[in-house]
This record gives sequence, structure tokens and C-alpha cells, in this order.
Amino acid sequence: MDVATLTLTQAAQALATHEISSVELTRAFLTRIEALNPSLNAFITMDPKGALQAAEAADKRLARHEGSPLTGIPLAIKDLFCTRDLRTTCGSRMLANFHPPYESTVTARLKAAGAVILGKTNMDEFAMGSSNETSHFGPVRNPWDLERTPGGSSGGSAAAMAAGLCVAAIGTDTGGSIRQPAAMTGITGLKPTYGRVSRFGMVAFASSLDQAGPMTRTAMDAAILLQAMAGEDPQDSTCLNSPVPDYVRAINQSMRGVKIGIPEEYFGSGLHPEVRLAIEAVKEVYQGLGAILVPISLPHTQHAIPTYYIIAPAEASSNLARYDGIRFGHRCENPKDLKDLYARTRAEGFGAEVKRRIMLGTYVLSSGYYDAYYRKAQQVRRLIAEDFARAFREQDLGVILTPTTPETAFRLGEKNADPVSMYLSDIFTINVNLAGVPAISLPCGFDTQGLPIGFQLIGRPLDEVAILSAGHAYQQASHCHTITPGGKA
Amino acid sequence: MNADSRFETVIGLEIHTQLRTRSKIFCGCPNQFGSQPNTQICPVCAAFPGVLPVLNREVLNMAIKTGLALNGQIRLRNEFSRKNYFYPDLPAGYQISQFELPIVEHGELMIEPEDGPRKRIGITRIHMEVDAGKNLHEGIIGASWVDLNRTGTPLLEIVTEPDLRSAAETGAFLKKLRAIVRYLEVCDGNMEEGSFRCDANVSVRRWGETKLGTRAEIKNLNSIRNVMRAIEFEVDRQIDRIENGEKVIQETRLWDANQNLTRSMRGKEEAHDYRYFPEPDLPPVLLDPARIETIRATLPELPDQKFLRFQDQYGLSDYDAGVLTANRELAEYFESAVRAALPADPKVVANWVTGELLAFLNKEGLEISQSPVQASALGALTGMIHKAVISGKIAKTVFAHMCVHGGEPQQIVLEKGLTQVTDQGAIEAEVERILGAHADKIAQYRAGKTQLLGFFVGEVMKATRGKANPGVVNELLINKLST
Repeated sequence: MDVATLTLTQAAQALATHEISSVELTRAFLTRIEALNPSLNAFITMDPKGALQAAEAADKRLARHEGSPLTGIPLAIKDLFCTRDLRTTCGSRMLANFHPPYESTVTARLKAAGAVILGKTNMDEFAMGSSNETSHFGPVRNPWDLERTPGGSSGGSAAAMAAGLCVAAIGTDTGGSIRQPAAMTGITGLKPTYGRVSRFGMVAFASSLDQAGPMTRTAMDAAILLQAMAGEDPQDSTCLNSPVPDYVRAINQSMRGVKIGIPEEYFGSGLHPEVRLAIEAVKEVYQGLGAILVPISLPHTQHAIPTYYIIAPAEASSNLARYDGIRFGHRCENPKDLKDLYARTRAEGFGAEVKRRIMLGTYVLSSGYYDAYYRKAQQVRRLIAEDFARAFREQDLGVILTPTTPETAFRLGEKNADPVSMYLSDIFTINVNLAGVPAISLPCGFDTQGLPIGFQLIGRPLDEVAILSAGHAYQQASHCHTITPGGKA
Repeated sequence: MNADSRFETVIGLEIHTQLRTRSKIFCGCPNQFGSQPNTQICPVCAAFPGVLPVLNREVLNMAIKTGLALNGQIRLRNEFSRKNYFYPDLPAGYQISQFELPIVEHGELMIEPEDGPRKRIGITRIHMEVDAGKNLHEGIIGASWVDLNRTGTPLLEIVTEPDLRSAAETGAFLKKLRAIVRYLEVCDGNMEEGSFRCDANVSVRRWGETKLGTRAEIKNLNSIRNVMRAIEFEVDRQIDRIENGEKVIQETRLWDANQNLTRSMRGKEEAHDYRYFPEPDLPPVLLDPARIETIRATLPELPDQKFLRFQDQYGLSDYDAGVLTANRELAEYFESAVRAALPADPKVVANWVTGELLAFLNKEGLEISQSPVQASALGALTGMIHKAVISGKIAKTVFAHMCVHGGEPQQIVLEKGLTQVTDQGAIEAEVERILGAHADKIAQYRAGKTQLLGFFVGEVMKATRGKANPGVVNELLINKLST
């Protein structure tokens, strides 16, 4: 059995029929990680002991024919989810030795379902970045081309998936951090509706935008993982209490007669011609499945990047104030007074991009600037959300189809000198976070350099069923998602 | 310096009341004091990465209750905000508070100051927020320690309009507000222990001036008396500056109770920029009007209502009604005593409570809840006087006994044989005996020295060890001396 290409659905079947045990599967991945991680740098912390213990427990459940589709499934978890007693760094020197005394709701639910956690994946520091280069633990390399970025901030999870180092991975998405790396590594990545999945135990970047989601080989696998992750949590007041549908059962909906919105603003001059071509091919596949393409306009799209880079840093500047060297995390040596303790601890503990965003956020919230920046950005955010709501309502759309990124994976170091060009990498994903709606990125082909291209499906709030079933329909009619980098890594 | 001659004083207050909830405002930790440092905390208290606040609904109920009692408007949609600043006792680096949309606005409180007529004081707003921990410096060299037990204690901040015009008005306001939060059982009102804290914004302006003067914010006021003293000092200081041609600076000043003065803590330019913004971890609070009405129906009778009822129902004086209703427990004590004293006059009961009882409790430094004399016992004692079982004088003896030993007055009177003698025959025998022994004084009396009646009454009472009914004794003596 080639574990490197296993989907979650296939792995669950193999475990249920005892074709393979969870311990065997886990060992196979641990071996692959040992061999490939040195060149990819996808994992920050491995937990072979914990993984094998969980696998043994899962095998016992499987032997009794108990458990869920996740029982015994080896997963990679972005190192932003607090895992009890397992180091959680958030890609930062600040938390390089932080061992949380509690478990995030997401990982607690996955563990309860019987999943096996192989380790914690690399990421941009505090999820701030689009290339995984801001990590204190070094950049992650793209399994399709080791000189290129896998995207970010969930770059470790994406690279681990693409290289076949796990069956599925968990990421988080504040401005595209699941979808952009998914597109750049040729995998499927889902950002659920804001509030669909609990944020408890996720190290916060921008509280009103952060959302956890699955990174998988297929839409079906994403549905299985979301099923286990989603739902009300008394520990997170922003988590929605609406009932969780049966995503797997609902995934086989026909595309016949489904209206797909094509927003003109996402196909402008910034879009690479090869990506544009790939998206045109996706449209044809959907037309062939009986869907109806509807040209639409989301007029406030152009304001997304500036709006996001006010709101997200504002929240981050406050969320990251707790890293003060007093109770946990990095503390500078021999502080001479309180101010020195704060200043040096934070100067040493945070990297350049995190500092840039803290300063940006502090500035936009300052007295005299609040109205011009933060309040205005919140108003624009409402307009962006209304754009989506109006389009769905007036055109009776099922989903909206866009490219996920304007271009394929760029070279490591290519955009480091120019933060704004880096920020523009998320231009098609950020609106979705600002509007709080769900979206999924799916692989749809390769450019002439052989690098994966992704497309994005956006749904109405809480209508993950629509994007999962549209994604599933596409993957039934195409085979891009089955192509892996193979020996490249 | 006479503050009233040319300058008007303007005072506004910010009062922080710690709410008496069972658990903290944003986590399940117990809301209690006096534990070892950092034993009443969890990852939420310590602001560990990834933890989230969840609002304790009891805090909401108490805020609504307080808002209604202060005649405020409850905002059906209110929201929490973050107030950002760095300090070791503030683990998250921000305080969760309310800023643009507080839960209560436009309240009011009527006060009866000693230096003037009844007056309305506007309440600008009341908002919910979280208390910080404590930095410990005492007895530690070269370091400070942080105790986070208090972190997460729910607070209501009550902000007044600049409507107060003197230290006396401010004192009256604080006493009234403290009585109300105690009536509502939302706060224990203890200023010394910091569960009821007050900052005062003080400014002065020339009479007739409509613009407010530059204010100083005074902190570290741990009793109503200190608030009043600090205001008096600060008013004098500001007037002196103005009269010396200097400007009053906008700043924060600390009250030093030992030296009886305020001193500068930080100026306007050192003031924090708190960078308030809506708390993204808590959705806006949406209140159902029905919930507010349910809470309104549970409001207890408040001091003003009780004051009027006590006057009406028991015929009490302004003074007695005021003293008895200033404290909910005292009012309840009084009403229990009245029930036990029936059919004795409630006014007599009020005299005993405001007189003998409070004098004793004040002397001993006891709260009404700690009184060794139970309300039913004091009531029964008053009833025994009314029924002439004992005299007022004997009652004082019994009361003094109860202050030390507690117990029921009936029992004490029986055990000590203190029952009043009203039997005319028995008293007459004593009267005859006393008169027989003082023939000289009888002659003087009859010669016009009628004040000797008191001597004879005294002798009879002494002989009966106070048990003779004084009315009967008087009547018998007058009869016998005049024949």
C-alpha cells in the first residue's frame, strides 16, 4: 500500500477492513517524515510516542468495530493549536518552549474521534505571512519545487499533505492561510464559515477572522474532517450554535441547474494568464455537469487588502500583548526594570513581520487615527460582506467560483523585500475572511513549470454543503487532485 | 480659604464596585478573596495563548439590576471593548471593559446632603468590566510578584455627571450609592477592602462661569471620609493656584491620607492611549426586554421607598426613618423587632434601635448582623415595657445583660426576679415604711419643698430593687404626703 497517496476515505476503509492497522499506518508516516522532513521542514515538533500510543488505542477500537471514520487516521496539526503537554510554538521564538496545560477544542475533538496526531507543522510566525518564511523555525519548502514556497501561513500542513507525510492536515485561515498554500501545493483546503469551528485553544492572530479548517486530498475528506471539528463550543462565545449538517451524506448533490457566480473583479490584469486558463477549464467542467455560469460583480473587492491590513493587525497588536515575558514564553536575560523586560523580551521573541503588524495595528487604533482607519475599515468590511450577500440573494447563486491565488508558488525570498507584493498573494482569499463566508480551494491543473494551480469556491454563510458538494462533483469529473509530486520531494 | 466665596466646586465620580458573583466574569474560577496567591486562577485568568472569555450571565443580571435601581436606561444592544495597556497585573495586556456602548446610560440618584436641599445627581453610564490582579512589592527585595487571584473579578463602573458641588454632597452620594448596592446584594460596599472604590474628578471655576475648569483626577480614596477630605484639600489647592495666577494642570493625583494632601501621579502627556476597540472574542450583548422586566420585578424595596413607608406605616421621624433605612439589614432588624414588640409603639422600638442598640454596636465596632441582641429579643423587651411587666429602667438592665450574654428578655427577667410590682397593697406597705422613717422630710415637703417627692420615689424604688411600678409609687406618695 502506498500511504503517500492515500485519501482519508481510503485509509478509513483500509483500517475498518483491517487491511492495515493504525500502528502500521502511523509507523509508515513516521518513517516518511523522518526521510523527507529534513528537506521540507514541514514539521516543527514530532510526537512519535504520542502518535503510536494513540494508534494502539485506535487499533483496539477498530478491533471492536467501534470508532469513527477518523479512528486511527494519522494527522498533521498546524503548530497553532494548543496540545496539552505537547510543545506549541506558533512558529515563534516567543513560544519556542511553550507546553500548553490545556487542549484546543479542535484537537480535543479529533483525538476523541480517535485520530492520531503525528506532530505539529511549521507555519509563518503567529500565522502572519503568505510564504512560511516568517517562521522562527525556518521556511517550509514546496514538495513540487524545493526552491519555492508552499504558501502560508499553513505551509507546513500543506507541504506535509502534498508530500504524503500524513493522511490529512489541519490548518487555520485568517486571510487565506489554508486556501493559498492548498492551491500552491495541489491539495484541497477548506475555510469554514467564521464561527463554524471553535477557536478555543487556537493561538489568536486576528480573532474576528481566524478560522480552523481541514487540508486534505479531496473534498470528501474535508467533509469528514469538518464533521468532527464543527459545532457549538461553550468555551468560545463566537462559535455558532446552529446544528451541524451531515456533510458526507449531503456531498453527492447534482450540479444540474446550480448557478455559479463568476465575479469580474477576480479576473483582472493581476491574474496570471496560465491560472486564468486553468480556471476557464474548470468553468467548462461545471458547465458540462449542468451548472449555469452567471457573471456577477463584487464591487468592493479592491478594498479588501487595505481593509484587512487594518483590522487584522489591530486585533493582532492587542492579542499579542500577552507575550510580555511575565507568565510564559520567552523572557529576556537580566531585565533592569519593567520597561526593559517588556522591550527586550518582545524585541527578541518576535520576528520582523510580527513586529511590523503590531506597530501597524497599534497605529491604526491610536487616538486620533481610530476613526480614519479602524472604524472606516469596519465600515468597508460590512460593504464587502454585503457584496457577497447581495450576489447570492439577487442571482440565486449556489456558489461563487474564483481563482485561489493570482499566480502559482513563487520562489523563496522572491517577495521578502516587498511586504505589499507578499500581501497581494492573498488578494482573492481575504474578502472571504472579511465577509465570514466559507470557501474551499481545490487543485485544477498545473502551469508550464509543473506547479499546481487552485480554484476557489465560495458559499453562503454556513452553506459548507454547497461548496463541498460542488468541489466533490468537480473531483468526480477530473483527476488533478490525484496527481502528487511523487519523487520530487 | 473659603471655597464658596468666589469659586464653585465641580465634582464627578467614577465608582468601581466588585460584584458578589459566585464565579469570575469570564471563567469558572471562584470569585473569592483571601486565598494563597495564584491559587484561584486558570489559563483564562492568566491569559494563556488561545484561551477565550465567556461572559458570566450573573454579571449581566447584576448590571441590569443596578441600572434599574439607579433609574437608568438599559441598552438592549451593548458591547465589550478592549482597553489596551501593559502592566504585569493585567495578563492579557488589555482589560475587557465597555466603551462606546455601555449596558446602562442616563441614570440618576437623589441625595439628601447635610449642607443643602435634596438634589438629583446624574449617572452618565454604568458599564461591566474585569478587575486586574495585584502586584506585590512589600517584603520583596529586587523583584515584584504578581498575584492573579483578583484577575477576572467582575466590576461595575458607575460614572456620574459633574453634578456634585461639595465634599458633603459627595459624601451623601457615596453613602446613598453604597446603601443601594448593598440593598441589591450586588456588592458588599467595603471601601477599606477595595470592593467599592472611588476616583474623584475635581475642578473649580468662578461663580457664574459655565465652562468647566481643568480637572484633577484623585485616586487612592479608601473611605468616604477620605474622599471628602481629599476633595476639601484639592479644592483649596486649585483655588490657591488660580489666585496666585497659576494654572491648574490636568493630571492624576494620589491622596495621601497620612499627610492629608494630594500629590501628582502622572500628567496628561503621560496618560495612556488605551486604543479601545470592540472585543472580537465576545459577540455584542443582545438583551430581551422581557428579561429586563423579569429582573425589575425582583428588585427589592430601595432606601427611598423604605424611608417613605417607615414614616407612613410606623410614624417615624425623618431622623429615625433615615437612620433605619440607610442599611438594609438594620431596616430588616427594626421591622422584625416591631413585629415581636406588638402591640408596643413602633416609635419606641425605633428609639431603642437608633439609641441603645446602635450606641452599643458602634462602641463595640460591630455590624448589625453581629448584634448579640436579636431583633426578636429587643422587640420582646419593648413589648414587656409596654405591658408594664418591667419598667424602662429595668429594661436597660436587661438590655445590658443581653448585650453580653444574649438570650431572651422574658427568661432573664424571670431568672433575676425583675418583674415589675404593680400590686397596690405591696407597694403601699413599702411607701408606709419609707414615710415612717423620714418624718422630718415629710414636714419639709408639706412646708413647700415639693421637690422632695423625687427623694421618696427613689427610696421606694431602691427598697423594691426597681421593680415597683413608678406610676403607682408616684400616685401613692402624692396622696399620702398631701393628707
